Amino acid sequence: MAVSLDLLINAIVAGVLLGGFYAAVSVGITISFGMLDIANIAQPAFILLGSYAAYMFNSSLGLDPILVGIVMLPVFYVIGMAVYRLYYYSFELRGEQAIQGLAFFFGLLFVAEVSLVLIFGVDYRFVEAPYTEGSLHLGTLNLPLRMLIPFVFSLIMIALLQLYLTRSFIGRAILAVSQDGLALQLMAASPIRIKQIAFGISVATCSLAGTFLIIIQPIEPSIGRDYIGRIFAICVLGGMTSFPGMVVAAMLIGIVESITATFYGPSWAPAVAFGFLLVTLAVRPAGLAGR
Amino acid sequence: MRIGVFWLVAAAVGLAVVVLTRFYFTNEYFFFAAYVVLQYIVLSTAWNILGGYTGYINFGTGAFFAIGAYSSVVLHKMPALLKTFDVVIPAIPLPVMILVGGVVSGIVGLGTGYLTLRLRGVFFAIATLALAVVVQTLIVNWDFVGGSRGIYMIRPPKAPLGGSYIQYLYTLMMVLSVISVGIARWIERSRLGLGFAAIRDDELAAEAGGVPTLRLKLIATTLSGALMGMAGAPLPYYVTYLEPASTFNLAYAVNSVAMPVIGGMTSWVGPVLGAILLGTIQQLATVTISSALNLLIVGLLLIAFVIIAPNGIVGLVQARRRRRAAAGEARAEQRAAA
Amino acid sequence: MNAAPGSDGPLLAVSALGKRFGGFVALENIDLTIAAGERVGLIGPNGSGKSTLVNCLCGTLHNETGTVAFDGRPLDGLIAHERTRLGLARSFQLPKPFHSLNLIDNIRVPLLYTVNARPGHHLSDAQVEARCRELLHDVALADKARRLPRDLTQVEMRKLELARAVATQPRLLFADEAMAGLSPSEVEEIIAVLLRLNEQGITIVLIEHIMRAVMSFSTRLVVLVAGQKIADGMPQEVVRNPEVEKAYLGE
Repeated sequence: MAVSLDLLINAIVAGVLLGGFYAAVSVGITISFGMLDIANIAQPAFILLGSYAAYMFNSSLGLDPILVGIVMLPVFYVIGMAVYRLYYYSFELRGEQAIQGLAFFFGLLFVAEVSLVLIFGVDYRFVEAPYTEGSLHLGTLNLPLRMLIPFVFSLIMIALLQLYLTRSFIGRAILAVSQDGLALQLMAASPIRIKQIAFGISVATCSLAGTFLIIIQPIEPSIGRDYIGRIFAICVLGGMTSFPGMVVAAMLIGIVESITATFYGPSWAPAVAFGFLLVTLAVRPAGLAGR
Repeated sequence: MRIGVFWLVAAAVGLAVVVLTRFYFTNEYFFFAAYVVLQYIVLSTAWNILGGYTGYINFGTGAFFAIGAYSSVVLHKMPALLKTFDVVIPAIPLPVMILVGGVVSGIVGLGTGYLTLRLRGVFFAIATLALAVVVQTLIVNWDFVGGSRGIYMIRPPKAPLGGSYIQYLYTLMMVLSVISVGIARWIERSRLGLGFAAIRDDELAAEAGGVPTLRLKLIATTLSGALMGMAGAPLPYYVTYLEPASTFNLAYAVNSVAMPVIGGMTSWVGPVLGAILLGTIQQLATVTISSALNLLIVGLLLIAFVIIAPNGIVGLVQARRRRRAAAGEARAEQRAAA
Repeated sequence: MNAAPGSDGPLLAVSALGKRFGGFVALENIDLTIAAGERVGLIGPNGSGKSTLVNCLCGTLHNETGTVAFDGRPLDGLIAHERTRLGLARSFQLPKPFHSLNLIDNIRVPLLYTVNARPGHHLSDAQVEARCRELLHDVALADKARRLPRDLTQVEMRKLELARAVATQPRLLFADEAMAGLSPSEVEEIIAVLLRLNEQGITIVLIEHIMRAVMSFSTRLVVLVAGQKIADGMPQEVVRNPEVEKAYLGE
């Protein structure tokens, strides 16, 4: 098969853009699972909620979807805090086995998907904005705007989060909790409050991530499941707690998926992330084995 | 009750139910519905061997179930395919397909386990979620079994054992139910089951105590996957039109988690109870409410039970018995002191 | 599989053992030999690497450098349950009982998976049951045989923890801070149990902070500070070692 260089380069570039978006989708899991050790497998459900929120306000009021995503940030933040409270009182406090916590999040994921089916049906939904059509042409490079804009905003969001975590008091408390909850207790700061804020932030990111998703592609309720393998693979590959590592991992997966889709067809893309996940788990970077 | 006696009793109950219902029910609908409930008994019991007994949660029941279904499709098409190479083999009987489905699913369970079980349980759970997506992707891209368009499966003209073909499938599923419950009960009282419980309660302590935790976990995933595959093997003949969207329906994943959780994960009784209860309700409900609403209720019940009654219905009954026994003791002490 | 009977090398030979966690060096160049029948005390400040050493020797953690040989047999590549079956047992610092099983079953699990997993004579069900009761009796927990671990007091949990380790019929037992947080009389109880086990032929390594207990129990004392062994010898001499005084005593 003659590989057109142009095609390959564009596939790689598309993969980079996709990777930026994947990083935005994964940053929430990096916080909740990488830093707080809460396996929130319902994360894709929150992302889809963000997508559908953008759809609703865009289709009925014509609002710009990214604007909706930003406006909805506090709403998702509150939802995240509420979910963490429920999780904490039901499971962490009781010292229940991890299996119940996982079943809880699975239940959430499932209920969310089915609710979306009931409310919105299984038809594909999309948003309309000036940048969902058209692309930027740089020489032989073809950068679709619907991917470029989310890419840019994703990186901005991650950079802002990184600043917050490393510069603000609460942010640094979150980093401290992720390394040693006991130390934080000794500092007379309440780890529960910190974890609640962190989890709230992790769900808040879904508001924007969901918006980016529906800009990039039309959505329907079941695509959340495709993302579980991806976001955990990215989080693990990226070293669990590092944002820069996560971005690199996301780009890597994005590029491989894009090349696979271009040369073998898009229906193989979901399997790529799982392959990555398996390889990562099999190679077992330090810190994964029985933390 | 010794395990040998248990097998006999279970088999007798199964046989009695089959014979009685065959004579009592003339409407085929009963057998259609009962097949689904029995199928869920097998799926829930299989799930619980890994989930409730060993403490590793599997969200990808759909994958193992579908592997069983699609391996039957392959075997069904095998005679026609081989004929083009001038190799003649007879049509493959369904019980053989069930065994093959079990073997293939078991191998996949072994493989998934081998890659992920040396890590924490949460990684295994995530891998099973991703596995479901991957298997679905593979099937959708495989034209031989119909790909995304699906495939028609013609039932054999005559059903063994007399009666209709659906009655035959119902009987087979009853046999599988008895087998899986028997296996679960045997595990519970065996050294293997004790090892599983130790892993569930404290894997590090189990390993330090001499339990070969990886090996036992692999046994659990293989066995669980194999049973799920066997439950899926007759599906193509049940639905006659098999396509990925409904085969990988999330209903299987959530039901096989919800039924043991709601019934109770600590013994074989819970999954059976959960399957019969939830399965029957869902069969009755799909007539009146949409299947999506149906599943929503199951999902909400799962969340509610996990939060409020994590030991399921069996757990609630046991707790009530213990409270009554403790109250009885307290009253007896009072009387003695008086 | 046991080494040739009557081998007269040390029971445990540790050579140049090292363990890192990322950039942090937890253990460095540890040499240690333990002869059969000894009662070795292992002391050191918090974070000095005592538990890490036990974890490496028992196979829960993997040491990057150094070799460990048990009764002449190298342990490299053997994981925890295999080492337990060879005769290396440990109790955990924070007791880790099987919380859904009663006490008898808590003992039964290690018994079935070590004694009945070794080549040679296997115990029947009745013998297993009897042996479990005997082990519970030895730690004065026989009357709570059918209870669950959550019904036990602190000291009872510690005794259960030791009983589970003993059930594996070890030749070498690591008792990891089995007495933390116990009252003086409870400490005496545990010491008595350990002495009895030593008389029955089990070599014991006692990791502890309670100096009184360590001094009265040990025939030899090893001191670990910041991942390095700084002293190893008779308890009376080690205690007077100026480095040991500087780094550790004052507890």
